[in-house]
Amino acid sequence: MTAVRRVLGALVAPLVAVVAAMAITSIVIMASGSSPGDFWEVILEPPADRTMVNIVNQTSMIFLSALAAAIGFRMNLFNIGVEGQYQVASYAAAVTVGAAFVPGLLNVVLGLVVAMVAGAAWAGIAGLLKVTRGVSEVISTIMLNAIAVTLVGYLLNTYGIRAGNSLRTTEIPESSQLAGFTPFLDRDGSIWTLSILAVVAGIGFSFLLNRTSFGFDLRATGASETAAVASGVKVNRMVIISMMMSGAIAGLIWMPAFFGAAHTYGSTFQFQLGFTGIAVALLGRNRPLGIVFGALLFAFLNEQSNRLTLLTDISQNVVQITQGVIVLAVVVAYEVVRRRQQAAEQNAVKRQLDAAKPSDDKAVTA
Amino acid sequence: MNASPTASPTAATDAIQVRGVGKRFPGVIANHDVDITIRSGTVHALIGENGAGKSTLMKILYGVQKPDDGTLVVGGEEVSFGSPTDAIAHGIGMVFQHFMLADNLTVLENVVLGAEKIHGIGDAARRRIVEISTAYGFDLDPDELVEDLGVGERQRVEILKVLYRGAKIIILDEPTAVLVPQEVDALFGNLRELKAEGHTILFISHKLDEVLAIADDITVMRRGTTVGEAHPGEVTKRELAELMVGSELPTPEKTASTVTDEVQLEIEGLTLTDAFGRDLLSGIDLTIHKGEVLGIAGVEGNGQAELVETVMGMRKPTAGVIRVGGEDISDWDTRERREAGIGYIPEDRHRHGLLLDAPLWENRILGFQSREPASNGFLINRSGAREDTQRIVEEYDVRTPGIDTNSRALSGGNQQKLIVGREMSGNPVLVLAAHPTRGVDVGAQAAIWGHIKKAREEGLAVLLISADLDELIGLSDRIEVILRGRLVGEFDPQTVTPQDLGSAMTGGADEPADDQTQEDRA
Repeated sequence: MTAVRRVLGALVAPLVAVVAAMAITSIVIMASGSSPGDFWEVILEPPADRTMVNIVNQTSMIFLSALAAAIGFRMNLFNIGVEGQYQVASYAAAVTVGAAFVPGLLNVVLGLVVAMVAGAAWAGIAGLLKVTRGVSEVISTIMLNAIAVTLVGYLLNTYGIRAGNSLRTTEIPESSQLAGFTPFLDRDGSIWTLSILAVVAGIGFSFLLNRTSFGFDLRATGASETAAVASGVKVNRMVIISMMMSGAIAGLIWMPAFFGAAHTYGSTFQFQLGFTGIAVALLGRNRPLGIVFGALLFAFLNEQSNRLTLLTDISQNVVQITQGVIVLAVVVAYEVVRRRQQAAEQNAVKRQLDAAKPSDDKAVTA
Repeated sequence: MNASPTASPTAATDAIQVRGVGKRFPGVIANHDVDITIRSGTVHALIGENGAGKSTLMKILYGVQKPDDGTLVVGGEEVSFGSPTDAIAHGIGMVFQHFMLADNLTVLENVVLGAEKIHGIGDAARRRIVEISTAYGFDLDPDELVEDLGVGERQRVEILKVLYRGAKIIILDEPTAVLVPQEVDALFGNLRELKAEGHTILFISHKLDEVLAIADDITVMRRGTTVGEAHPGEVTKRELAELMVGSELPTPEKTASTVTDEVQLEIEGLTLTDAFGRDLLSGIDLTIHKGEVLGIAGVEGNGQAELVETVMGMRKPTAGVIRVGGEDISDWDTRERREAGIGYIPEDRHRHGLLLDAPLWENRILGFQSREPASNGFLINRSGAREDTQRIVEEYDVRTPGIDTNSRALSGGNQQKLIVGREMSGNPVLVLAAHPTRGVDVGAQAAIWGHIKKAREEGLAVLLISADLDELIGLSDRIEVILRGRLVGEFDPQTVTPQDLGSAMTGGADEPADDQTQEDRA
């Protein structure tokens, strides 16, 4: 009974949010003098083969980013620094893999390890500052984002290779490039091999949080720090570990694109994934399954909106309004649903107790 | 009675009349049949143990809670407060025990914050603050940063805040709890000035010396209701203490003692100092044997919570040694102590005992993250945790639709039964029980006591903190009294009288001579 209600509750909120977002986007488009019909026609059209491939690839990267944010969120740590963490990590990995210290697939593994370590280290700075100096992780991670952009830009400027009028790192050897899987024609592109990282990370996350005692500690700390302390959780240690785990996953965000298509850190680097991840984590309630749908929705909207400028007079950026409203609406809707469920549960307990009243005397003497 | 020059003590000028007020929360009756008359221009003291219902009453007076029944008359007018704003509009201001000041703002900024409409935020406001400050001898500089102020000065800022908002009736919640004796004297000076200007003060405390020194009238609360009124000239500290704790003591059940010779918990010279260098615990020595329940009696706030949290490893003592079963555990962290078999029934179950938005079976894991049946140290054992939760629900009669219900949905008593059941699991060697039956109905209380007694027979050592004398005397093999972080007296529950306990708890006996004279002077 309660299980059914919980599932329904989890579904109602995002659906309401999407409907609200569609309504508000339509109003905005109308206000700007265009036709919402045109907009939805383009967005809701069945995606072309090529677009589908892109959606899958983007979903995997957004998913990783949201997962990175979610680890912190589950512990009430607001890691806003996923953006900076994956920039630093991507650059570090690109340099290492480009240098080709080891051959072939081993080089790929090395690249992933370097990316995770670099991301973890960058995030760890914020964790350390919080634990030793009481600096809010929100502030420090935002600052670290800015530092990351500058640092990577500086390194690229100093050590990068000039290609055309931009700079990049050394291209990785062909033996370390992962072509991916081509479901349609070659010209439609391929699904990057390392998109699988999203699946692995998602399952790992779910297992860690729900099945291990470390995961329980993490969730308990997020739910009530005082109760966690009383139960024997060392909160400072948890802050640093979970911050670093968040950073490690952030390090993986761009890896599918890097090994699958870019092969170098340069002008093809995709920014902003870190911020998209925060929104998607909120949308998916910090649960892997929810995040899958959130990531898919965001990737879908992004890719479908590409043709807006081509086919209509509506700006592609309108889709960001849709995404923004979805997140806002979903936060509100979750809260409403949560309160209703709480009240319903309390009533259920009360009914149960009232029904059990006649047996009270027995219980007292027991 | 030296009432203010502007008000004469007739019924028409009673500042506040509380008539038959009651307030219930799910599973708990916080207040019932409360009657108080506070005369205008007096200092009225409200005393009682924690849990006696003072804070609920206070919240009702300040509009934070709405009473379920009874009436509230302020200045001759029947009122119903929907929020503190209504209370302020009727001239009632409140100074909380924990200051609500922004450290990095000046006195002026703190005072006008949220009251910008009264005198603006500029020179007019500054003038008014200086005016109030001089009138009552507060000696506050409006442009000084609050972080540079001492505790006594911060408290005066809080009082200034309510005066600035036009309060004629000021409620002070345990204002002396944070002050050193000199500051208490200064505060009392301020209060007398306020009274002389026609303000009415409701002073909440459980320190009898202070109440006798400052109050014009005293109302005593016990178990949610008002049990008596007194006037300082006509009552002794001892009589007040008796009113507070109740005069009838239960006769302990004559069961065979299960106390053994084997020492389970040994504490030597335990001292805990807070950030301001004040001793919260000083030189605590105590021993609990296997099969023994040691009860700690004392007015709340005298170090009980700190003692328990230090033994649990949640606070780091400044000095002292803790041994469990002969082993020195002073350097162990909380988890290691739990694994060694120390159970913890916390005073504040919502903050320290439960994950409110997690189902019951997940709450069973809390504190057992590394132990059977909830875990194998690395992986959570869901079925093990669920089965054992089911066992607790049955054995401890936790009223719930099922173990998948969130613990928030349960009543306080049932939450407590779950916690007691959990902490008694896994054959603990020592249980620290802080108010194990507070807010629990009578039936459940008897059941919890039964479980503690049974475990004691099997050799469990229990450190019992309680404000309920029935519980202390009924369960304990020995009672120690704690006062200002020191153990000040040991009693045998078979022979102890309420007078003994009352005076030891309130500092009427066994007190260092210098403290005594200081307070008597006050």
